[in-house]
This record gives sequence, structure tokens and C-alpha cells, in this order.
Amino acid sequence: MIYLIAALKGLVLILLLLFAFAYLTWGMRRGLARFQIRLGPNRVGPLGLLQPIADAVKAIFKEDISVAKADVFVYWLAPVISFTFALAAFAVIPLGPEGSLFGLDPWVADLDVGILYIFAVAELAVYGIFLSGWASGSKYSLMGGMRSAAGLVGYELALGVALLGPVLLVGSLSLRDIVDWQGTHGWLLVWQFPAFVIYFIAALAEMGRTPFDFVEAEQELVGGFSTEYNSMKFVAFYMAELLHWITASALIPTLFMGGWHAPFGLPEVPILWLFVKWLVFIFIVMWIWASWFRTRYDVMIRFAWGVLFPVALAWFLATAYWVASKGGAV
Amino acid sequence: MKPNIDVPLPEEPRELRSELMVLNVGPQHPSTHGVLRVVVTLAGEEIVDLVPHIGYLHSGFEKTMENRTYNQNFTYTPRMDYVHSFAHDLAYALAVEKLVGAQVPERAETIRIILNELSRIASHLIFVATGLLDLGAMTPFFYAFREREAILDLFEWVTGQRFHHNYVRVGGLKEDVPEEFVPELKKFLAGFLAKVDDYQGMFDGSPIFNSRARDIGVIPPEVAINLGLTGGSLRASGVNYDVRKAHPYGGYDKYDFDVPLGTHGDVYDRMIVRLEELRQSHRIISQAVERLEPGPIRDPNPHISLPPRQMLGRSMEALIFHFKLVTEGFHPPLGEVYVPTESARGELSYYIVSDGGSMPYRVKIRTPEFVNIQSLAYASKGHQFADFIAILATLDPVLGGIDR
Repeated sequence: MIYLIAALKGLVLILLLLFAFAYLTWGMRRGLARFQIRLGPNRVGPLGLLQPIADAVKAIFKEDISVAKADVFVYWLAPVISFTFALAAFAVIPLGPEGSLFGLDPWVADLDVGILYIFAVAELAVYGIFLSGWASGSKYSLMGGMRSAAGLVGYELALGVALLGPVLLVGSLSLRDIVDWQGTHGWLLVWQFPAFVIYFIAALAEMGRTPFDFVEAEQELVGGFSTEYNSMKFVAFYMAELLHWITASALIPTLFMGGWHAPFGLPEVPILWLFVKWLVFIFIVMWIWASWFRTRYDVMIRFAWGVLFPVALAWFLATAYWVASKGGAV
Repeated sequence: MKPNIDVPLPEEPRELRSELMVLNVGPQHPSTHGVLRVVVTLAGEEIVDLVPHIGYLHSGFEKTMENRTYNQNFTYTPRMDYVHSFAHDLAYALAVEKLVGAQVPERAETIRIILNELSRIASHLIFVATGLLDLGAMTPFFYAFREREAILDLFEWVTGQRFHHNYVRVGGLKEDVPEEFVPELKKFLAGFLAKVDDYQGMFDGSPIFNSRARDIGVIPPEVAINLGLTGGSLRASGVNYDVRKAHPYGGYDKYDFDVPLGTHGDVYDRMIVRLEELRQSHRIISQAVERLEPGPIRDPNPHISLPPRQMLGRSMEALIFHFKLVTEGFHPPLGEVYVPTESARGELSYYIVSDGGSMPYRVKIRTPEFVNIQSLAYASKGHQFADFIAILATLDPVLGGIDR
């Protein structure tokens, strides 16, 4: 029974994520259009709300073209890897307090190593991009794949070390514990502001959004890793990319902004507050996307190793010293 | 194709040998600004060698123009540089006018300058829009195109066309501007400078833009001169050469404007120089609008200009001149002519040889893009592939002009 419920919850979550993906494509295009004095999709259905469905139908019925030079097995495997691991990360994010979902817990899994799980899954998703770059048999794709692998070496360390501070402070790797801790002590954003900034920058790099969209870089690499992909294989990559955005926008509030807890003493409503915070981060990322330039990947790596990582490390040591002087986690 | 590489590779152990990668960029690529093909040799992402291959848009304009009468050729001139198309109209008209000795009336000269500078603004807006787009910023593109659209509307009003105006004639203009043009133009000019500040605000001061643009693709002044670079890219290197100032033509000496100069000759300077030229063009147009007095818009010489339509029913001579001009055109004296002009991209001119016939014997077009593109390799070598895209964008190629 317990497995059945977990499987059902997983299924519902996947459907929700796919729905969020579909309407993020719409919201993103409408939102960007507002920044760019244009209208965005508004023809299909009221306010263009049926646009994602039209896009899906179009993608599914497109002829599936493979590249002659491609390594066929890996070429097909890459989008699957990307998509699967992008979906998986959301499983450990708690959406509300225990038993708030019709008597069930509103999360798929409560791992005691939740943060490690998220790191592992996020890193594996990069393999999809890297492999697609390798298997496409195209130089542009190869360069995109190389950039993504090189970028990973850059930001991932800062991403990991930035989270060590909050973990030390809370004394747990479980996302549920982190949220509960913030329920009593206040947002980690206040306690761990440098960690938040570093994590946010590194998360932008992880989701491959402006200013770190050099993996895709339409103007240079013609789409980078996804140059040679079309129809549903391309959609799988696109989904993965947007799911990273969706997951990170839920993860950052969970880690630093009290998760599902209501902010500023407002009444607690399950799931609603996390949704609001999620929308805020979706918007911030879109805002950055509309206003910033693309960095070069070597500049980004230098920045990650030269600034982000040392600062993260110093902050971690400072936190460790403080926690030790208090005699253990707060 | 074998890349031409004279850079020695470091000796490495057998199992760690690295290879250079030859990457074919274009002719179908989102950032080559047309159908430019560049074969790039990369070590990792660093550019070792670079060879532009041109000719994908070759249309044989020069040869075609030898088989059309002088006034018919105005159909072809704007099609070479479809971004700053009025400059070609003007350059060709000035050359032919010098050949036949036509006198352009004051009003026609002023209107030409207004339209030429408007077209320059439209061209520089494309430069700013696509230049920033190539650096990954999507939004400025739409803002710059908003103003460009307003300019194209003005052009449509005056000439009936948005790009390929066919509005200039030897000795003047096809017809006068509509009455509503000047008030609409003033409305456009009133809001324009604030918008230029907006564009500048979208990139100037951004640390990411600085890291992408400063000290990237530096062309020192002496190298720029040796490579024949002209236009904004030359001035970004600090060389004060603007044909409008150096060899004034078409009445530009009557206007008061500055020539913006850069100091480093990098991507950043090339961007800023173009932006400042937007302001200077605005200044020229503002002065020209004030100078606009009613008057004739064509040289009254009946051997060059068509007589007014209403004269045809009343004057025998008018009918004869009309018939001769329409059926075979005018016959310039023997000779050759070269009038340099300043297009948005640099020194543009038509070298025309006349054998006394009604069609040019030879037309050679000195397009600035064609000459400027040869500095691409110099500016890009040693930089990253991503920088190459930015350098290409700031050299402002228009493939119609390169391939002709």
C-alpha cells in the first residue's frame, strides 16, 4: 500500500510538472514579450492559452530526423537521460506540512540525504547534454557539450560548498528538516545570505539560463547540444531545460525562504505559499533572461573558481566556526 | 579544405595529442548577418585561423548596371546595401551628376541629406540591435526595431518603399516630399535622443558586457589603415576620417556635426561610436529640417531631368525631351568619375566610366563592407569563438554589399 501511494504521488507529481512545463512555455513567451514590447502567443485560444497544446501536437507529428553521422544509441539515449533526471529532482521537495495532502504527506520521498540526492540527480542530467554533444556528430553540438562539461566543473563545486553552511546550521541533509528549521528560526536567507547569493548564481548556471546559456548559445553554436535534434527528441531536451528552471525555482525558496511556510506571519495555506515563491523565482529568472548578456564560458569558469568558490568556502568555514563555538547545530 | 596554419603546436605525448578543429560557420548561420561563410580553425575554442569565403550573394550588379541607362540604375543601387540603402542611391547619383555636370537644387540636396541620415540611423539601429543580440541580449533588439520601424514608415511615406527607395534621380529627386512629412519627422526627432539613451542604458556599464566587449577584437589605428578599414570601425580605432568631413559632398559642409572617435578599437568602442553617430545624425537632420525651404527639386536642365508632366501637352520641346529621356536616356560626356561618400559602414563610392553612350561603360562599386571584412581575421585571431561572433557583428557586414 505504501509503495502504491508513493507511486501514485510520483505519477501525480510528474503530470503536474509536465503541466507546469507546458504552461511555463506559454508564460515564458508571454512574459518575455512584455519585456520586449511585443505580444507573444495570443492566437490559439483565449490569451493564447492553448498554444502549448498546439506546440505539442506540432512536435509530435514532426518527422523524426536522425543525423547520418550520429552514434545512434547514445543519440537517442541523451534526451532520455536529460529528461528523466530533470524530472527526478523534484521528488524530495516538500510542498507542505506532514499530512496536509488529504491526510498524506505532500512529498514523494523524504530522504535523509535529500540535498545529496538533488546534487546527484542534477549532475547526472548534465550527462544528457554532454552525451548529445558527443553523439550528434556535429561540431557545434560537440562544442556545446564541451562547454556544458567545462561549466559543470566550474559551478558545481561552488553550488555544493554554498549549501554546506545551511546544512551545518540545520544539522541535517533532509529538505524537510531544513524547512522545519526555518519554520522556527526564520528564513535561512537571513542567516546565510552569502550562501544564498552563491547558490542562486550557480543555480542559474545549472539551469543553463542567461547569463550562463553558453551551452545553447544560439548566436554562436546554433543551439549547441540540441543543434541536431528535432521533433520529440528536441522537446525532451527543452523539457529538461525548463524542468531545471522549475525545480530550481522551487528549491531555492525551500532551502532559503522557508519553503511552504507563510512569509511575514501570513496565514498558512498548504502548497499556496510555495507556489507563490516559486512564481517569484520563475519571474526573476525570466527578468534576468530578458535583461542580461551571455557570458563566455571561460569567464564564467574563472568567476566560479576565482570568486564563487573561495567565497563559498570562506563562508562555510565561518559558519563552521560559529556553529562549533555554539556547540553544535542551532 | 586544408587550413592554412603556421602556428606551431606544442609537442605533446602521443596519447595526449590534440588536434585543431576546422569549423565551417555559415553560409547558413544565425549570426553571420547574411550568407557569409567563414572557415574557422579552432584550438579548443581559441581561433587559430580564419578565412572568410564570400560570393554566396553575388548578383552581378556591376555588369547589370552597364546594360541599363543611368536613371534606370537607381533600381539596382539600393539593393546592394539593403540596410543603409539610401547611401547607395546618393553615392551613385553624386557620381553621375559629376559626370554630366548636373546642378542639384538646394531643396533636393537638403531632402537627400535628411533621408540619408535617417537611413543611416536605421542602419545603426540594426547594428546596435543585432550586435547586442549576438552577445546574448534579446531585448534591445525589439526596442531598436521599434524606432527603425518608425523610420521605415517615414520612408514609405516619402518614397513609397521601405527599403528599395528608387527615389533619387540624376539632378534631384523623383518628386517632392509629402506635406505631412516634415511634421511627422519632427515628431520622430523629438523623442529619438531619449531612446538612444535607453539603448545605451541597456548595455553600457553592464559588467558582463564589459567582459565581452572591452579589449576584444582590438584593431590598432595603423593596422586599421593598412587593412583599408573605413567607417565607424575605423573611427573606433581613433582615426579621424569621415568622408562627410574629409571630402564634403552633397552639401554636408553646411552642417555642424562632430565625428565621434574611439580610443581602443575594440568591440566596445565600435558599439559606442555607432551609438554616438546616432546622436550626430539626429543633429544633422534637425539642422536640415530647419533649412528646408520650398523650391524646385530637380535640375531644370531638360537634357537630364524629365519635364513636368503638364508641359507635355503644351510644349513640343518638352515632348521631345521626354521621349528622348524615356527611350534612351541622356548621354554624359566621355570620362570617368569617382565620388567618395560615407555610408553607415564606411567609404562607399561608384567609379563610373562613360564612353559617351546612354549606359555606363563600366561601373565599379567600392563597397565598404567588402574591404572591411578583411580585418575580420586580424581582429579575431587569438580570441574565443564567442568573441568572433561579436567582432563580426561590430564590423557590420552586409552581404549584399560584400558580394554585389
